[in-house]
Amino acid sequence: MELKSNIPEGPLEKKWEKYRNDMKLVNPANKRKYKIIVVGSGLAGASAAASMAELGYEVDCFCYQDSPRRAHSIAAQGGINAAKNYHNDGDSVFRLFYDTVKGGDFRAREANVHRLAEVSVNIIDQCVAQGVPFAREYGGLLDNRSFGGAQVSRTFYARGQTGQQLLLGAYQALERQIGLGKVKMHSRHDMQELILVDGVAKGIVTRDMVTGAIESHLAHAVCLATGGYAPVFYLSTNAMGCNTTAIWRAYKKGAAFANPCFTQIHPTCIPITGDHQSKLTLMSESLRNDGRIWVPKKPGDKRPPNDIPEDERDYYLERKYPSFGNLAPRDIASRAAKEACDNGLGVGETGLGVYLDFADSIKRLGMHAIEEKYGNLFEMYERITDENPYKTPMRIYPAAHYTMGGLWVDYNLMSTIPGLFVMGEANFSDHGANRLGASALMQGLADGYFVAPYTVGNYLAGVKPSEHPTTAHAAVQAAEATVKARIEKLLAIKGKRTPTHFHRELGKIMWEHCGMARNEESLKKALELIPKLREEFWSDLLIPGAGDELNQSLEHAARVGDFFELAELMCLDALERRESCGGHFREESQTPDGEAQRDDANFCHVAAWEYQGEGKTPVRHIEPLVFENVHLATRSYK
Amino acid sequence: MSSEKNLNLKLNVWRQKNAQSEGGFETYEAPGISTEMSFLEMLDVVNEDLITKGADPIAFDHDCREGICGACSMVIDGRPHGPKERTTACQLHMRSFNDGDTIAIEPWRAAAFPVQRDLIVDRAAFDRIIAAGGFISAPTGSAQDANSLPVSKQNADLAMDAAACIGCGACVAACPNASAMLFVSAKVSQLALLPQGQPERYIRVRDMVAQMDAEEFGTCTNHGECEAACPKGISVENIARMNRDYLKASLTYRPEATGGGAG
Repeated sequence: MELKSNIPEGPLEKKWEKYRNDMKLVNPANKRKYKIIVVGSGLAGASAAASMAELGYEVDCFCYQDSPRRAHSIAAQGGINAAKNYHNDGDSVFRLFYDTVKGGDFRAREANVHRLAEVSVNIIDQCVAQGVPFAREYGGLLDNRSFGGAQVSRTFYARGQTGQQLLLGAYQALERQIGLGKVKMHSRHDMQELILVDGVAKGIVTRDMVTGAIESHLAHAVCLATGGYAPVFYLSTNAMGCNTTAIWRAYKKGAAFANPCFTQIHPTCIPITGDHQSKLTLMSESLRNDGRIWVPKKPGDKRPPNDIPEDERDYYLERKYPSFGNLAPRDIASRAAKEACDNGLGVGETGLGVYLDFADSIKRLGMHAIEEKYGNLFEMYERITDENPYKTPMRIYPAAHYTMGGLWVDYNLMSTIPGLFVMGEANFSDHGANRLGASALMQGLADGYFVAPYTVGNYLAGVKPSEHPTTAHAAVQAAEATVKARIEKLLAIKGKRTPTHFHRELGKIMWEHCGMARNEESLKKALELIPKLREEFWSDLLIPGAGDELNQSLEHAARVGDFFELAELMCLDALERRESCGGHFREESQTPDGEAQRDDANFCHVAAWEYQGEGKTPVRHIEPLVFENVHLATRSYK
Repeated sequence: MSSEKNLNLKLNVWRQKNAQSEGGFETYEAPGISTEMSFLEMLDVVNEDLITKGADPIAFDHDCREGICGACSMVIDGRPHGPKERTTACQLHMRSFNDGDTIAIEPWRAAAFPVQRDLIVDRAAFDRIIAAGGFISAPTGSAQDANSLPVSKQNADLAMDAAACIGCGACVAACPNASAMLFVSAKVSQLALLPQGQPERYIRVRDMVAQMDAEEFGTCTNHGECEAACPKGISVENIARMNRDYLKASLTYRPEATGGGAG
């Protein structure tokens, strides 16, 4: 397998322009002769499907939800970054580029990140034109805030519902194309297999989640915008349905999987209450602008927080990182919370929590100001925990949130399978080893609105409209048969344990052994435990009902089956990457004061895994990362 | 509000195999439910038990479980999303119930939302209403600089209030006429309040209302149940705003002229 990044020649800031000048175009009259499949209807999928339909292509779009509007992008709270420099505080495309590369701990491709920063400004224009109600100043102009460790105000937001508003903008553009007949929408459809004809992506096999029908859909190009795989940890901030199935099936068909171990643990989530817990709720990172994080200095201190005097509190982020304090990046803040709890300083019933305290801000700014900024978040917190955060500090704990790893793509966003494009969180992305706050929305929309419509067109210009198989093709029949056999196999086990049981157990292994901190021993342990549990899954799973009906247990079981396989690859990748970088913290690789220690001499590369077949160890390929425009520095937030 | 840590409950749940079959209520015991659980986590626990016993679990729509995706949709004790104001079923916690309670759980009831299984209904009618006109036509790449069009903070805030709709359909489920006026008016209002929405303002309201009627939602007779049931507190003021625009659209409607092509 050869990993050719296909980055255009020339200086960094001219690469994307050069690409657009040089790329091949499809004749407008011919565009309707091409069909494109888009799987997923989140920010990347909806925006790509709408934009490509506007260009004239025929688009088939798929989502597992009952409506494309419910894709999990909708839950993003904080905001979206763009290098508009509306606040005259020195922001620029280069600065956004630099912050993103640095924030990702120098494990992303320079050219891709620069393109992302360039188109960030177009995204805001596009969304405003669609009627996205961004927050505004009294003068009628757009408001910005600083977010997630950035030292400029470049984050645009719509209250605490930025993801919702951006997604609805894309969804409405998509619905417009559906109304015009240019997009055919397939809701409640689960992608189960990728169809390759002579090594080229030509379609997908889906399961109709209402009737259970297995169907093939064919196209000239396939785009996956199916999000991340954080639910491999069972508990995460993702929606219950988020899954790895689409990208995993593509991996098993030959698409390289890059940096699977790069996962982001978000520092500010509501702590776990018990085994019944099904998901974790994120509290926007913006809370760290005014909240102070602390734990008691004395282990096992059970006094109510307000009874603990000031000098018996450890504001550990402010102590360890005086210049960034409570605004230290996500990976650093999460690890510091874990460390505090590991040392017995955790708070709450489970001891897995730290305080996020607003008392000082309320004293300084007044109750009203805090309510205006965070009212909806405080309400949500109170609804879930039954505690009033205006009076007693919030309790927070880190939770799995985002995955920087994903299918490997070149500059065109094309995977190692020709004709298979991957966008948004599903690709291995521009975020390197750690994503900055408010950058996920930016990347999803950049890929969907402004990158894929060009690069997919460039690919299609080299494909004849007649290069389109029929459903009678042997490869299509074989793919359908695989899907049916797999479903039958799952249903036939008739064991004793539910899909949720296995999912929860897998999550515990991953959280403990491949979570916020990893070491060789823990990863090897996980690589023993996972196959054992997977064997039990395939011999003792219990799914009620049949395949030809609406069967949520079957849907879940199929996803868990894929998570098992992915979990192993994540551990393998984490084991081989013998350095700490961003969200990947290898305990063997730290500085004397406990900070992540990169090893640029040996690991300044993307690791992309190639599937070798059932039971065989996948092959690890390397794409070296070359930094010509930024200096490889040690990330310091002290 | 319960002060107990664990509750023993009885559930009366609507069970229906598929759209064609007839449904009915079944009763289940739910013992030892922690007050820390969300309502959906309580159903998870009941379902795990059902599966282990070899029975079909209760099918229900859910996804984000943080009150924003709009997937969860069930009538709890006669109220869409249950007893707590401005709270979706997924954000409702069991501490809102008492030990020994019997809880009735049903799907949304509306002709335009046919049941697919148990508590799951088909809400594609909402998507078709948006496809009929719930957008601003702004093809990718055609936009001008975002700050070239100032929007008063007041209008931006009102537009945001309307845009907060999560499309769950509780308004329809709560309405004695199963009207979709709150849902439709929220989108009409949001876009009519913004300068970007002006060129299509009247054609939008006309097309969306026509689609709403075609989907067989009922008419609005000002009960206000929709606002009371809405987990996002969308105001019926939006309906008034839509009615004004609809009236104006009806009075000023002219069929489009069909012109010849250029050149």
